[in-house]
Amino acid sequence: MKQIIRLLCVGVAMAAFTACSPGGANGKSSSSNGSRSGSAAEKVYVAPGEHDEYYGFLSGGFDGQISVYGIPSGRLFKTIGVFSQIPMNGYGYTEETKPMFETSFGFVPWDDLHHPDISQTNGELDGRWIFANANNTPRVARISLEDFETEEIIEIPNSAGNHSSAFVTENTEYVVAGTRFSVPIPQRDMPINEYKGNFKGTLSMISVDQDSGDMDLAFQILMPGFNYDLGHPGRDSSHGWFFFTTYNTEEAYSLQEVNSSQNDKDFIAAVNWKKAEEYFKAGKGKVVPTKYRHNKFDVNTHTATSTEKTEVTILDASELPGMVYFIPTPKSPHGVDVDPSGEYIIGNGKLSANLTVHSFSKIMDAIENEKFEGEAYGIPILSFDDVLAGVVEQPGLGPLHTEFDGQGNAYTTFFVSSEVVKWELGTWEVKDRKDAYYSPGHLVIPGGNSRKPDGKYMVVMNKITKDRFLPVGPELAHAAQLFDITGEKMELLLDFPTVAEPHYAAMIHADKIKNKTREIYRLSENQHPRAVKNATETKVVRDGKNVHVYMSMIRSHFTPDNIEGIKVGDKVYFHITNLEQDFDLPHGFAIIGNNNAEMLIMPGQTETLTWEPKDVGVWPFYCTDFCSALHQEMGGYIRVSPEDSDIELSWGLDGEMVSE
Amino acid sequence: MKKASILMILGAGLLLSLFVFPLWNVTLIAPQYPAPGLGMDIYINGIESVKEGDLQNIDLMNHYIGMKYLPKPGEMWEFDVFPKVVGAMSILGIILGFIGFTGKIKPNVFLGWLILMSVLGILGMYDFNAWLLDYGSDLDPNAIMKYVDANGNPMTYKPPLFGHKKMLNFDTYSYPGLGGYLLGLGLVLVFLSYLVGQASLKKKK
Repeated sequence: MKQIIRLLCVGVAMAAFTACSPGGANGKSSSSNGSRSGSAAEKVYVAPGEHDEYYGFLSGGFDGQISVYGIPSGRLFKTIGVFSQIPMNGYGYTEETKPMFETSFGFVPWDDLHHPDISQTNGELDGRWIFANANNTPRVARISLEDFETEEIIEIPNSAGNHSSAFVTENTEYVVAGTRFSVPIPQRDMPINEYKGNFKGTLSMISVDQDSGDMDLAFQILMPGFNYDLGHPGRDSSHGWFFFTTYNTEEAYSLQEVNSSQNDKDFIAAVNWKKAEEYFKAGKGKVVPTKYRHNKFDVNTHTATSTEKTEVTILDASELPGMVYFIPTPKSPHGVDVDPSGEYIIGNGKLSANLTVHSFSKIMDAIENEKFEGEAYGIPILSFDDVLAGVVEQPGLGPLHTEFDGQGNAYTTFFVSSEVVKWELGTWEVKDRKDAYYSPGHLVIPGGNSRKPDGKYMVVMNKITKDRFLPVGPELAHAAQLFDITGEKMELLLDFPTVAEPHYAAMIHADKIKNKTREIYRLSENQHPRAVKNATETKVVRDGKNVHVYMSMIRSHFTPDNIEGIKVGDKVYFHITNLEQDFDLPHGFAIIGNNNAEMLIMPGQTETLTWEPKDVGVWPFYCTDFCSALHQEMGGYIRVSPEDSDIELSWGLDGEMVSE
Repeated sequence: MKKASILMILGAGLLLSLFVFPLWNVTLIAPQYPAPGLGMDIYINGIESVKEGDLQNIDLMNHYIGMKYLPKPGEMWEFDVFPKVVGAMSILGIILGFIGFTGKIKPNVFLGWLILMSVLGILGMYDFNAWLLDYGSDLDPNAIMKYVDANGNPMTYKPPLFGHKKMLNFDTYSYPGLGGYLLGLGLVLVFLSYLVGQASLKKKK
């Protein structure tokens, strides 16, 4: 009864709150935060020419990219193409980058990118790489934080809906990829209604080479046919474990919104990955045939290659003891988050009224004393009460995700009641709550999922925008909100629109990255087989219907800029090297009627775009990136003759034509 | 005379720093090239970029207004002759300093070395200035951009020998490099050696 009254009070209070200030936080933050000096405007103002204190890497969701923001200003710096083609710069369209999109399903030029996670050393963000997951066609990408470009994409076989991914262990030993949708493993033709007991999930451990960053699918853990929603590696005391939320322990396969929501408690799966690693090394896994792609971009040849892999090692959690345990957690938990000490494992039960916190030391005790209350598919189930650390009572509706400030506080987003709530670890008391606009999903604090959070700012990413910005028709940018979390109370500082749909994000202090970012690619180190190191090496070579143009570009001309002898039906490969060695001097290349894209070529880089002329004529090409005062003059002509013409191939610059 | 000889050896020896450090530095700053901008370090045996790629970028900027490319070693006799002259003068000075220990030469010889070195230095500067003048005014008649000054005369782009000059969008700064300063210090030491030598000579009398 008491709880119902409290809930009602919250509801009434919130109705009043929103009614008196539709559309804004104006005035709210100042009234609730008298103790701290400086206005919100001053705190987010980064003067012209000054740099932000933090990098924010927000996932693009269905946009398949990661966008890079400055925090606290909320300014957008760059969009990094990861799982989606970018026609603006040719990523996924150039011959060099097309292999990045190869999968066992063929060329998949799009995906749904959810969770970027920065590499760690000793549980601390180290700024080497970002890993990110593709949810739709299961893949994990590694992005270099020297280039801010995608360097590697590995496909995950035996998975569907790669959602509990791509989180890193505290020394980046592994990146994890768990399947959200269980499927027949291996895939086969079978009735859907035989799901129960026949469909399976996998949790994949991808090892990372500490020097090159190269990923390798080490092994997969075969799990019962639940939905593995999110995952979080243990930290500090719980290092060596990985925790995954499950829902649909009902194993429903239709009308899941109802049928997957019947059990009072689902599970958090506690995975002893060090034990699994031991089993793997001891040869306890089963090597099974499969099919997946591993795509790598070489920064010296500026070229990606795609390799087909044909087998994977599977460890069966039902058969190998001591590897996986189930912890009952109410109810359809979404996020699972581990505090910086590694002791508290927070289950954000999205359909539960309370937040459940499990204790790692109690989990260890229960396992040691073999205090199990049952098993599911051979996997021991611990008792809820035995491992409970505490409960945050009635903190809000629809908890999704929790991050930490390193000061003993946790911050949880509530989707349904549209708020972010600050509460204290250990006392489980709510210390503050602020509205979010509207319906937050993930939140991020720099290092907020690591051993060493940097508790200054928090960005809350919202799923619903409604009236927050000037209306722009039915499709809206998602809103993010920046909070100052240095005080007792959270202070809303800024609202900013984001590209596509950010799910998770990663934030890191700029000092850890900014001085090691690349300015140019050294021409002397360019090992592209079709690179030209200076204009005298340029040429045009016919190979049947294929014509290879070895072209150079430098302020403000292409060499060659006149080409004759191309014929209708040819396929022309423009292999273009940007000879510039100057920071911020890309040149672009575009040609009339091209059916794929343009490309931007960075200083010292070689890229290739194809063009298939369909009509006779003299066709122009030009530089698309306003490179210099003579940019408008940076262009050239290609003469396309009839298919049966006997005009010789010739090329040149400034009237001096040469031929083969 | 012992102190004077030591100063002479040190002073003449400092010339050798020109083989390691730049004699002069020219820095170009523009809206497109915010500080540290583009920089060239002028050594006695050639010109080098301050930052990777600076020389190529200076050439790329200059080709718009028809300036020649910066000379590479082998393209200017000065880069062959200067090291020989500097090396020879340094060794000569050091030898003179050692002879000074024996008391067989007078401080006037040190002064003589200093005067000779100064004359050579002034000739070097004159030559450097002449090159700057040629570099900045012997422009390609087909230059992409041709500007005229307030009086309607074609603009030239001679960088200053010393100090700052604004040219189009560029602020040009021309000052000695570390080697240049060490050379100056060396000459001061040689002059001191002359003074000290003279003083000790007087004492003896």
